Amino acid sequence: MKRFQHLLGPEGCGSLGHFSRRTLLGAGAGLAWLTPLSQLLAASSEEKSSSGRPKSVIVLWMQGGPSQLETWDPHPGKMIGGDTKAIDTSVQGLQIADTMPRTAEVMHEMSLLRCVTSKEGDHERATYNMQTGYRPDPTLIHPSIGAILCHELSAEGVEIPRHVSIFPSAFPSRGGFLGNQYDAFKMYDPTGPLPDLPKRVPEDRFQARLGDLDILESSFAQGRRFDLEKNKTLHRKTVDRATTMMTSDQIDAFNIDGVPTEIKEQFGDTPFGRGCLCATQLIETGVRCVQVTLNGWDTHANNHELQSARAGDLDAALSATIKHLKERDRLEDTIVLCGGEFGRTPKINPAAGRDHWPHGFSVALAGGGIRKGVVLGETDPEGEKITPETKHAVRVEDIHATIHHALGINIDKDYQTPIGRPMAICQGTAISEIIADA
Amino acid sequence: MWLKNIAFIALATVVLASIANWLLSPPKVEAVDDPHVVVSDDFQATQEAVDAQFHEVWKARDLEPAPQADDLTIARRISLGLTGSIPSLEEIRLLENRPEEDRLAWWVNHLLEDRRYGDYMAERLSRAYVGTENGPFLIFRKRRFVTWLSDQLMSNRPYNELTQDLIAESGLWTDHPAVNFITATVDQDGTKEPDVARLAGRVTRAFLATRIDCVQCHDDNLGGDLKQTDFHELASFFSEAQNSFVGIMDQEGKSYEYKYLHAEEETTVPAQVPFNQHLLAESGGTLRDRLAGWVTHPENKPFARALVNRVWAVMTGRPLVEPVDNIPLNGSFESGNYPAGLDPLVDDFIAHNFDLKRLIRLIAATEAFQRDSRAEHQITAQHEQAWASYPVTRLRPEQIIGSINQASSLSTLNADSHVLTKLVTFGETNEFLKRYGDAGEDEFSMDGGTIPQRLLMMNGNLVSERTKQNFVRNAATRISQLSPDNKTGIETAFLCVLTRRPTEHELEHFVHRLESDEVKSNRTQDFEDIYWALMNCTEFAWNH
Repeated sequence: MKRFQHLLGPEGCGSLGHFSRRTLLGAGAGLAWLTPLSQLLAASSEEKSSSGRPKSVIVLWMQGGPSQLETWDPHPGKMIGGDTKAIDTSVQGLQIADTMPRTAEVMHEMSLLRCVTSKEGDHERATYNMQTGYRPDPTLIHPSIGAILCHELSAEGVEIPRHVSIFPSAFPSRGGFLGNQYDAFKMYDPTGPLPDLPKRVPEDRFQARLGDLDILESSFAQGRRFDLEKNKTLHRKTVDRATTMMTSDQIDAFNIDGVPTEIKEQFGDTPFGRGCLCATQLIETGVRCVQVTLNGWDTHANNHELQSARAGDLDAALSATIKHLKERDRLEDTIVLCGGEFGRTPKINPAAGRDHWPHGFSVALAGGGIRKGVVLGETDPEGEKITPETKHAVRVEDIHATIHHALGINIDKDYQTPIGRPMAICQGTAISEIIADA
Repeated sequence: MWLKNIAFIALATVVLASIANWLLSPPKVEAVDDPHVVVSDDFQATQEAVDAQFHEVWKARDLEPAPQADDLTIARRISLGLTGSIPSLEEIRLLENRPEEDRLAWWVNHLLEDRRYGDYMAERLSRAYVGTENGPFLIFRKRRFVTWLSDQLMSNRPYNELTQDLIAESGLWTDHPAVNFITATVDQDGTKEPDVARLAGRVTRAFLATRIDCVQCHDDNLGGDLKQTDFHELASFFSEAQNSFVGIMDQEGKSYEYKYLHAEEETTVPAQVPFNQHLLAESGGTLRDRLAGWVTHPENKPFARALVNRVWAVMTGRPLVEPVDNIPLNGSFESGNYPAGLDPLVDDFIAHNFDLKRLIRLIAATEAFQRDSRAEHQITAQHEQAWASYPVTRLRPEQIIGSINQASSLSTLNADSHVLTKLVTFGETNEFLKRYGDAGEDEFSMDGGTIPQRLLMMNGNLVSERTKQNFVRNAATRISQLSPDNKTGIETAFLCVLTRRPTEHELEHFVHRLESDEVKSNRTQDFEDIYWALMNCTEFAWNH
């Protein structure tokens, strides 16, 4: 019974990690693209201890359900392995699919769960499950990781939305019962300015318009539900936040046009790569959670070709994200999670595809509070289901508990839902094997 | 020469004054004919039965109901629910010239006869039937489908007959638009045949408000008693449907094979319904005919419940049972313990041969529909929950764009509008929906607005285009130039955008704004600013 396949060999701390942040900031051309504000924030944050900085999460969301067999958990030479070959990684003895060579080089920065199970095999329900840690419940909507993080951490100094979804999927991250103000801000390819930000009229007229709006809002509030704005419409709040955002320098973080070409190329010249680069900028500016979606993993037909293509996009962007966060001394404050709804069947179907498989799939984690180079669990050579009794199944809610723990959020805390029902932040148990301070 | 100039100025003044008079004075009221509304005794009886059930709930929960809303507020709700936009100034004038006692009933009838009703309701219903995707290229004709549906609604075709067509019609997707219900599921990548599983899911959700999708892959393990076999036996009714060059046809005897979970091999799945089996005809017609007969059987109450719940939701923004397409068949529902209002409306709907327009008239006449969303006493979430006050619900994106367009025109935008206006509106609507975010099938979610939506309303093209100086197209400009005085101008702007008159405080504020020089602007710009504020406030974006 092998709980651990490996504990990390190399220390996982490249030489760059030993540079101080200020040294890096002053390092010249390579970092010149950092916005002055980002530099300011970064410099100011250096005053605090690393552990004192609020933490952030980047979720790389593999929409459609990536195949564990073509990515993190190849079975070369076996019937279930298909055409995928395995390659060595920077963790001794660990192999991943040859579709992800650059990721293999940074595996020592990551931990890998190869034994995740869930009970949801439908895209919408499984997305909900993975993003909230709860299974769908018709009576209420649970908040996603980003919503909880924003709810728990102060918004001081951040003038842009703190929960962002780049290329949002059909089922985006939501604030749920915490409120719509915690919904993810949706954006697309981070080139060019965000639409609708410039005002249409001069400042004095704009201010007069806002004054008119105040009069109308007070009229509307009279005699209606006392908590209408706070618990339902959030209209005035949204206007305020939109207005603040319109005038903020921080909006530069939504745009990667000024980034040197060579850095863009490291992330891959794909929308997903640009999204990941943007995510690192947003995190540096104070955004607490960024989800970047890579679509196209639902490969019921022609599995190998499609999965390999997606894995190629992921490989460049994921490895560059890890490296950049590390280089900028942000990896210890940022958790990077890479996963999708579920895995795909060991059996290859007659259309050369793989179908949905929530019975044993892989999720990768890296960053602050997560141990490095740990691989937990294993899949059966024949791809049999992982059950709670075998292979040390990791439940979806356990991943959530682990992330919350790493973020310093008390998972024993109960939220009071609008229908008066107490609801735990998380139902799972933190996975002690991959927690850095366990 | 100066005489000529004076004559010209005089003439221009007269012309402008006439235009102003024509635009801003109450339009001539049509001859007051007999009220269109025929209120039969049993209409009254059903209405009273619904009201009585709500009263019972309010009493049991110790909730003091809000008073009845004023006519214009109720008219706005009805208009948003039936046409997807607010009333025009022209319509408000017409409405206010009706005798008070039949005003609202007349208003409902007026809208039910307007093509906007058919088009809007068809769009809303079609989401439940075929989703919001464009569907398979060529063989799925969404536009034809929605237009056909709109025609059926305008002629008030009994809803059971309409549904039977959707489920069982055969022929080409152009000549027999109802078959698009089937062709929407044709899978272009795979079999190029109708997807029996998706059809089973659609039929149960859209027509029976029952979700059985989750037993497609395995038996219900969440406490329900539905089996995987239930799902596929229902799907089997569509096994004969096939897609060919003559459209959707039925190949008699074609069977449905499926390999159940844990089964060794595929088995032939018989066609069977998951409940009320005794209502299924044993023979006669195609499999789809038999299924349609079962779904719409007067004793198969989930059918009527599904529609009543959905129409209530379309008209108010919130269904009686949430989610809209999941009314339990068991638990308290099994013993007939339904939420207030549902049962009497369902019985009436069935007893009156699935008359949709009658159902709409009934809903609009109920006390629950006509409660105010404000009161002298404190309104709470519990009031809203029990319909003791009208729930404030967010307008759907298409209602927002419909209302922006209508508010920027003094006359009614409908089928009689100029073709150019219709074309521009069509293009703008699509662009706006893309940016604002279509609610898709999840159209009754209670989410508040988002920052991108606010930015779009505050700085986006559409609001800017519809409020800026444009005498031909924009109401803001016309009001600024033609209103005889500031007070009338402000009042007209409020009626156009918020379907109400300003309060004294608002009037004072906005008149002062027009008369002061604190901000450098001209009168047209002032009205542009006022329109901007009216379109950006909570009141405009929410039903209340």
